[in-house]
Order: sequence, then C-alpha cells, then structure tokens
Amino acid sequence: MSSVLYDEPGPRARRRERIGSVIGAVLIVGVLALAFRYAWDQGLFGADRWDVLYDPPKNQTAEDVWRSMVVIGLGATLRAAAVAAPLALVLGLLLAMWRTTQHRWLRAPATAVIELFRGLPVLLMMLFALLGFGWDAFSSVVFGLTVYNMAIIAEILRAGLASLPKGQTEAAYAIGLSRVQTLLLVQLPQAVRTMLPSLVAQLVVLLKDSSLGFIVGYPELLKAMQNNAQYFGARYYVALFVVGAGIYLVVNISLTRLAVWLQGRSTRTAGTVTVDPTVTPAAPASR
Amino acid sequence: MDLLADNLPAYLSGFLFTLRLTVISGAIALVVGTVLAAMRVSPVATLRGLAVTYVELLRNTPLTLVFFFLVFVAPQFGVRTPLGFWTAVIALSAYTSAFVCEAVRSGINGVPVGQAEAARAVGLTFGQTLSLVVLPQAVRSVIPPLINVLIALAKNTSVAAGFASVELLASGRRIALANPSDAMLALAGVALFYLVITIPAGLLAGVLERKVAFAR
Repeated sequence: MSSVLYDEPGPRARRRERIGSVIGAVLIVGVLALAFRYAWDQGLFGADRWDVLYDPPKNQTAEDVWRSMVVIGLGATLRAAAVAAPLALVLGLLLAMWRTTQHRWLRAPATAVIELFRGLPVLLMMLFALLGFGWDAFSSVVFGLTVYNMAIIAEILRAGLASLPKGQTEAAYAIGLSRVQTLLLVQLPQAVRTMLPSLVAQLVVLLKDSSLGFIVGYPELLKAMQNNAQYFGARYYVALFVVGAGIYLVVNISLTRLAVWLQGRSTRTAGTVTVDPTVTPAAPASR
Repeated sequence: MDLLADNLPAYLSGFLFTLRLTVISGAIALVVGTVLAAMRVSPVATLRGLAVTYVELLRNTPLTLVFFFLVFVAPQFGVRTPLGFWTAVIALSAYTSAFVCEAVRSGINGVPVGQAEAARAVGLTFGQTLSLVVLPQAVRSVIPPLINVLIALAKNTSVAAGFASVELLASGRRIALANPSDAMLALAGVALFYLVITIPAGLLAGVLERKVAFAR
C-alpha cells in the first residue's frame, strides 16, 4: 500500500532517492562514528570492559558467567513464562466461554473480571501476591503474569469467536449440536486458528513482562546481569547488558517471526478453500 | 478504610506523579512515533531502515530492560540521566514511541488505496499526499488503537517504581509495607487509582472505535 504514496520513480526521481539515501546513510554513519569515538574515549572497547565474557577476574571461569546468565537467568525467566503461559491460556479460554454465554446477567461477572485485570498494571498484581497473599517471588511473578494475560487472551478469543461467520453456529445448531458442543467443536477450533498470531504475540508480551520479576525480587535474567556486575565490578555492566539484551532480542524476535509465519500460513490455507484454483492467487499483502 | 483516608495525600502525590509521567511521555511518544511512522513509509531507504531497526529493537525489548539500561548501564560510559522523573520519561517515551509508530503505520495502511491513487492522480507530491489526504483519514482510524497504546503507557509507568520514582505504585508499596496487616487494602487503593485512568480511557476507545466503524 505504502508504495502508492509516491509514483513508481523515474530516472530522475530514482537519482534523487539514491542521493537522499546516500545523504541519509552518510549522516547515520557520521553519527555512529561520533558515538564510536565517544565510546572509544570512554574506554568502552578496552579488554578490561569485556574480559568478563571470556576471561573473568576473581578466579571465575567464563563458563560460570555464561552459565549464570543463560542457564540460571534465562532459565528462571523461561520457567516463569512456561508456568504462566498455559495457565493464562486455559483460564483465558474459560473466561472467553463464560463471557459469551447467552444471559446478560451471567456474563456480567466475566466482563467485570476481564475489565478489572486488563486495567491494572502487571506489577501491581505481582505486588498483590507478594505483599497481600505473602507468596514467594516466583509464585507472585506467575500470578501477575497469569491473571493479566488470561484477561487479554479471553478478549482475543472473544474477538475470534465474534469474527466467525454466523452460518457456522446456525449449521451446528441445525444438525442438532448443543450450545456447548457448538462452542467446543465448531467455534473454538476456528477462533483459535484465526487468532493464533495474536495469541503468539501475546506470549511475547508475557515473556517480556516476566522481566518485572526483577522489581519484585525474582532472580531472572536482569537480576543475573546485575548480580554479575555487582560481583565483578560495575565496569562490566556494558558487556553483560549486551549479552542480556541480545538474549531477549533473539528469543522475542524468534517468537514474533513465528507469529508472522503462522499468519502467512493461516491466510494461505484459508485462501485455498475459497479461491478458484485456476486463478493465480494475488500477491500476499505486505504488512 | 481508615488506612486509605489517612494516606490519601501519599496516594494523591503518587497519582499526580503517574499522571505527569503519562502525559509528558505520551506527548513525546506521539510526536516521535508519528515521525517514525512517516519515516517507515518514506521513499528514502536509509530512513526506512533506521525506523524499522528502532521499532523492532524497542518492541522486542522489555521496558524493564530500557530502564535498566538508563539507570545502570549508561552511567558506565558517562551518560548520566537525572534519576527519577526524567529517566522514567526517557525510558517510557522511547519504548512507547515504537508502539505509536506501529499503530500509526497500520492506520496509514488502512486508508483505501484509491485515496492515495487519486491524490497522486491530481498531481500531489509524496508529502502532500501524506499530509493532506492519507494522514487526516488515518488519524481517525488510528485514534482507538492509539488510546490503547496510551492506556498501556499509563500502566507501564508502574515500572518506574522499581527505578527510584515514587509514583502511584511505589507510594502504595510504601503504605503496604508500613501496614503489613492491611497490605491488601493499601494495594486495592492503588488499583482504584489506576482504574480511574484506564477504565474511562478504555470506554472512550470503544466508543470512538464504533463511531469510526460506522463512518466507513
């Protein structure tokens, strides 16, 4: 779509664009060079800032450092997410079913629960568990992640149910399925499929939010970075941050790619059902 | 209930801190995010690349990590942001602008192709097409998702509690720690203040969404 905003460039426009791109590139390279020089003057590239990653001081091995980051830190992050995600999915599913029941007064409590948990910060929910129920840090993190994401997942699934053609439900009733059967056998399988990309995207949010454990005292990846920096010296914060941020980016971007891939797959398979196979399918919409 | 009444000044000062954080970061994020979105659809490849990189990096980074960077990592190479309010504003607006960019961009892409084609056909340039035809229409359909982004921002200000800002959540935590037997009540007070922001804003987004849907 965005390519419609300007003409297919002719030779002169192409030259102008090339010049613009080159000027932009030169500017960016210039800024980067300045930043690089500044960092160099600050001694950011000295071995004494980075050796924690391959030859750490204080008689520790590099293996210990990496283990504390990847196995213990990332492990704790993933463990909290791995416990919270299935819980949020199951509870979200139940809430979505409850929210779509026939009677308005039966629906009301589900609506209230969803609106309440959607409107509150995840960190507050974690504090409720930590200070209010007196739970330990891990349970508090899992509680916060679960109740927030269950509300969001319920809303995603509700949107999925609402987007289904009415004929699906009518056909299910017509062949004599009960309401529960219609929901479980006809509507939900389709809703989950169309909403799969959003669900995966929500899992990325859940994983990102597990870093709030840092604030409530759960020893996850950020805490591992801080512990290492406090033990080996604050000058290693940069090196440890680069590793920690890199881990987050790799994990989250892989999940995001999975979501995009699922989206492409679901539109393609859905398309083959309705599109006349003799017609060449239109180019996939660029997003 | 006495607990809430007794600590009302603390709650209110925290609430005001949260509101100020939300408004200032929100304003910066809206401006930066819109500029980023214009860069993402522009014909100049380097601008596109820059915007895409920024958005992808920030969207896949936890907000806590952005705060962590400003508070612990940046001082190691001599960049010291004033602790507290302005650190929180920088982190929140940097993070939120990526989401604003995505919302505005999907709005731009949601304007029917014929509009841009017609604008091109009457000879408007890229800048004119964008500012006179596409953006005014995109803004309408972008407002509900933008409100949702700002609601998320209001909730995200709570992360500043972990980094030396005494906003709403940090005030509530103090009250809860000082009155351990009434911790639930103290935190419920915090929840109430957040809901005062988020629920009306959510309803507003819903109403506007329906309005825009009917207009199309």
